[in-house]
Amino acid sequence: MSNGSTIRSFFIEVGDLSYFTRRFFSEIFKRPFEFKELLRQCYNMGNRSLLLVGITGFIIGLVLTLQTRPTLMEFGAVSWMPSMVGISIVREIGPIITALVCAGRIGSGIGAELGSMRVTEQIDAMEVSGTNPFKFLVVTRVMATTLMLPLLVIVGDMIALFGSFLVENVKGNVSFMLYFNQVFDALEFGDIIPATIKSVFFGLAIGIVGCYKGYYCKKGTAGVGKAANSAVVLTSLLLFIIDFIAVFVTDIFYDL
Amino acid sequence: MIEQNDISIKEESIKNKVVLELKDLSKSFGDNHVLKGFNMKLYKGENLVIMGKSGSGKSVMIKCLIGLMEPDSGSITVMDNDIITMDREALDILRADVGFLFQGSALYDSMTVRENLEFPLRHHTKKLGVKVETEERVVEALENVGLADAIDLMPAELSGGMKRRVALARTLILQPKIILYDEPTSGLDPITSKEILNLMKEIQVKYGTSALIITHDVDCARFISDRMILLIEGVDYAVGTYNELSRSDDPKIKAFFKH
Repeated sequence: MSNGSTIRSFFIEVGDLSYFTRRFFSEIFKRPFEFKELLRQCYNMGNRSLLLVGITGFIIGLVLTLQTRPTLMEFGAVSWMPSMVGISIVREIGPIITALVCAGRIGSGIGAELGSMRVTEQIDAMEVSGTNPFKFLVVTRVMATTLMLPLLVIVGDMIALFGSFLVENVKGNVSFMLYFNQVFDALEFGDIIPATIKSVFFGLAIGIVGCYKGYYCKKGTAGVGKAANSAVVLTSLLLFIIDFIAVFVTDIFYDL
Repeated sequence: MIEQNDISIKEESIKNKVVLELKDLSKSFGDNHVLKGFNMKLYKGENLVIMGKSGSGKSVMIKCLIGLMEPDSGSITVMDNDIITMDREALDILRADVGFLFQGSALYDSMTVRENLEFPLRHHTKKLGVKVETEERVVEALENVGLADAIDLMPAELSGGMKRRVALARTLILQPKIILYDEPTSGLDPITSKEILNLMKEIQVKYGTSALIITHDVDCARFISDRMILLIEGVDYAVGTYNELSRSDDPKIKAFFKH
């Protein structure tokens, strides 16, 4: 493919994705509201991702503390460990790692599910039966990822901090109360609110891209794999772009 | 091209009310002109078979007909409604009267057989403002296809023939006036195919439906058709009964009936 056509297809993709996002926002307030399906999706995406997010968060907290400890000890600043780890996890590492894990688990799942529904004509069958498939399949899934991701981030952050505490407790004999007092002393609303807002956008991106790739899946079963794969790749890229923008905006409001 | 008048069809003796009509339907995908002015009429209570080779545009035609694809030009009239100019709400209401059996059954994988059948009911009854006994309808539709025992199974637990029958039950659940069948016997063994065709006939007798059947299977066409249209090179190349067309000397028509 020539450079010209690559650039052209990139802009077509951006345009289609923007149109898809606009359609999501226009359909979201229209009746009928599929509350039952929304709850089912929230359960699927939230509850079933919890273990993975928990394990990842725990390991991240553990590793971050273990690897930072020697350097802080060198400077005699090991008592700063809880505040440093707390701020790092809540501001940046928790949201981005949880979002990346969910992009892999949820984004690819949505892409594959909707893709296989497209190629087996289930989406057409839904349309023929008088149901708006965009509303039933896309709106509910995007809403579910948008609502669930901030909650998963909060849970992931807490487990990561607990992992960090375990290292501090074993290596530095720091008590639970002391560790978490220092963590919460260091944290401000200026850390928590932007991270939560950022997580909402992360969830939106995961849902929109996964649904977009699956909903317009082509070329049979090979297309389903491609939809799942490209959903993860594009979402991961988008997550970093959103993160980059979020840091700039946060800097304006909270003077980091 | 063989004109409709060239082959004597006793349309009046079959039925006289047109329930579905396509006029000069054209559809292209880039440079690929799939339909080039296709015409057809479906009369009330008849089984009309559209036969064509793979890739001849049969599925495109049927998808245009139900509003899943937009034609480039031409008109589509379903029970006196021009579906091209209809808004989505009106089209959804009209779709309650038009059942569609998909080639691959298209059962919702994540739902049980019961939920698959309840799905169209839930949405259509809301829109039509009609209260129906969901459970009764589901059981009746499954009994019609001989699968009442499969009500709580998942689609993955069904054989190909059973899936097709459940899909047929789902098509019947809203008691449509017209049923569109997209390759109803494709991928099925001859015995199961015969069972499906028998079911289609039984349904027509029981509910008085009109049926448009897309197929490339000559045996299916012989068994089920009142009338046939051969879709060749994007147009309605020939129209007639099975017997009339199978005796034609036109080489393009003869090619369909060679075994």
